[in-house]
Amino acid sequence: MRKFIEKLVEGGLLISGSISSLAILLIIVFLFKEAGGLFNSPVVEEGYVLALNKDNPVKHLSPEKIMDVFDAEITNWKELGGKDEDILVFRFSDLTNYYPEEELGDEFQYVPDKISELVNKEPGIIAFFPQQYLAKDFQGTVISGDKITPADFFAGTEWYPTSTPAPIFGLIPLLLGTLLVSIGAIIIALPFGLAVAIYLAEIANIKTRSFLKPVIELLAGIPSVVYGFFGLVVIVPLIQKILDLPVGETAFAGSVVLAIMALPTIITVAEDAMRTTPRAMKEASLALGATQWQTIYKVIIPYSISGITSAVVLGIGRAIGETMAVLMVTGNAAIIPTSFFEPVRTIPATIAAELGEAPAGGAHYEALFLLGAVLFIITLVLSITVEYISSKRKIK
Amino acid sequence: MIKIDAQNVDFYYGDFHALKHISMQIEAHTSVAFIGPSGCGKSTFLRLFNRMNDLIPDTHLTGNVFIDGRNIYDKSEKVDQLRKNVGMVFQKPNPFPKTIYENVAYGLRVNGINDESYIEETVVKTIKQVALWDEVKDKLRESAFALSGGQQQRLCIARALAISPSILLMDEPTSALDPISTGKIEDLIHELKEQYTIVIVTHNMQQAARVSDKTGYFYLGELIEYGDTRKIFTNPEKESTQNYITGRFG
Repeated sequence: MRKFIEKLVEGGLLISGSISSLAILLIIVFLFKEAGGLFNSPVVEEGYVLALNKDNPVKHLSPEKIMDVFDAEITNWKELGGKDEDILVFRFSDLTNYYPEEELGDEFQYVPDKISELVNKEPGIIAFFPQQYLAKDFQGTVISGDKITPADFFAGTEWYPTSTPAPIFGLIPLLLGTLLVSIGAIIIALPFGLAVAIYLAEIANIKTRSFLKPVIELLAGIPSVVYGFFGLVVIVPLIQKILDLPVGETAFAGSVVLAIMALPTIITVAEDAMRTTPRAMKEASLALGATQWQTIYKVIIPYSISGITSAVVLGIGRAIGETMAVLMVTGNAAIIPTSFFEPVRTIPATIAAELGEAPAGGAHYEALFLLGAVLFIITLVLSITVEYISSKRKIK
Repeated sequence: MIKIDAQNVDFYYGDFHALKHISMQIEAHTSVAFIGPSGCGKSTFLRLFNRMNDLIPDTHLTGNVFIDGRNIYDKSEKVDQLRKNVGMVFQKPNPFPKTIYENVAYGLRVNGINDESYIEETVVKTIKQVALWDEVKDKLRESAFALSGGQQQRLCIARALAISPSILLMDEPTSALDPISTGKIEDLIHELKEQYTIVIVTHNMQQAARVSDKTGYFYLGELIEYGDTRKIFTNPEKESTQNYITGRFG
């Protein structure tokens, strides 16, 4: 009977283990499947067509170029590798400027022909109109068949997910924003974290330690939105005032809030690592006439360096993945940051802010999943680094 | 010449009275063994001489310990200077996770010696002194962890000797070692006695008999008997000592 129960428990454990592993695997597969869909999406908003005159040598346009054209930043085909010809931007709503309404038919049944005719007539035209008005015998170059390429995403320097006709999904500003905020956070958190860890592990007496350690661990349990709120109400105005900036919501504010959030992780992990230094090692150093500080930096820190590195990497991991607090204090401007003191937008904040308004299955939706996949890969690399470092410690 | 002079020492771990009214004089250039059953206070007493017990929270001491005529528990006494003069070898070999060379050089470096040629000279000299040179001369730059337990312990002795202490405390230095390594370390103790004052705590009665000039027998925090090793082992005054060394208990 007892044996049977043991088998039952064993089976139960096996099943729960496999189910959770499977669930994680499924999430990853789902993430990458959705993300990969982006490169099957047309450059132009779905359900719309972007067409050029058939004699125009330009046959392909990247999303960013399309946006520049429609924003009138580029006004001549020469700039896009075409002939010296002014660009004529045609939006569907402009149709009545070319043809009186009565020519389009009662139910707009002549619209496809008219558009076709217009595109053939105007050599410099770029026409943007709904798919349903694409004539069967349309002769112009339809460039909306192009797909978004990995280069558009990974090397893209702009993020305009809702721009028409072509949304732009460029990773670079978001990635740089994420890295800037995270690296800033680590630069701020590391000295403080290590100092507190050294203090707790080596200097504080038992009473101080048994009071401070739980308090610090408690900090890790505060919801991130509370940190964000604190950052928004206290840190952002403070930064704005002290540094005399036009806005306080900057990468720096994000770094400060993230540093505060990463501190408990860094402190706890680093302190634990330092406390694993064998007492014999410390005593050996002290017995040789080393002072306490010499023992700390010549024996304890070198001995626990891999644990300290893990602490740092885990801290970075926490900072990179953090969403809510950063969303609240960084200002969320998806531009390539040029300084620490301007608004930036991070990858997690982008996902959180935009997923709600992105139509499921659309390019924007898939782009957000791809961002998630990028984030996943970054944190995966970080975890593997931690694993590698701590396995190295065991061998030594 | 009296090297170490402990007068009426009482030592407490919290409320626990670990050493009771111990007085003992140790002469220079002799080796003294402390024996007694586990928990009798012999290691605690040894660790008073380089104030290693300071590291343990909630302990206190009454009485005085003089080394070379100076009260080492005086407020003006600098602990790191004291420990430079009183080297210590621990029960388990505890080399630093550094190279063999850096292990021995450590004590010199933390005491502010930067002259690399002097450091190298001292490292070579002390490694030779502990009879480890032939075994490690080709791998001075390799990790000390690559050595065997016995070699590590001799390295730890070299490390302690490198800063030229006048006293060497050894807290069961061979209890983690095999008989051959133990033999090498005992030979070493014999040689070192010429230059240093050696205090050794041991559980091994034969070892105490082999390496020491004088022996102190501790029991329940008291120094029961202290005298010439030969006398302690052949004709002890106290029955308790007799019982312990003949193996009737402990």
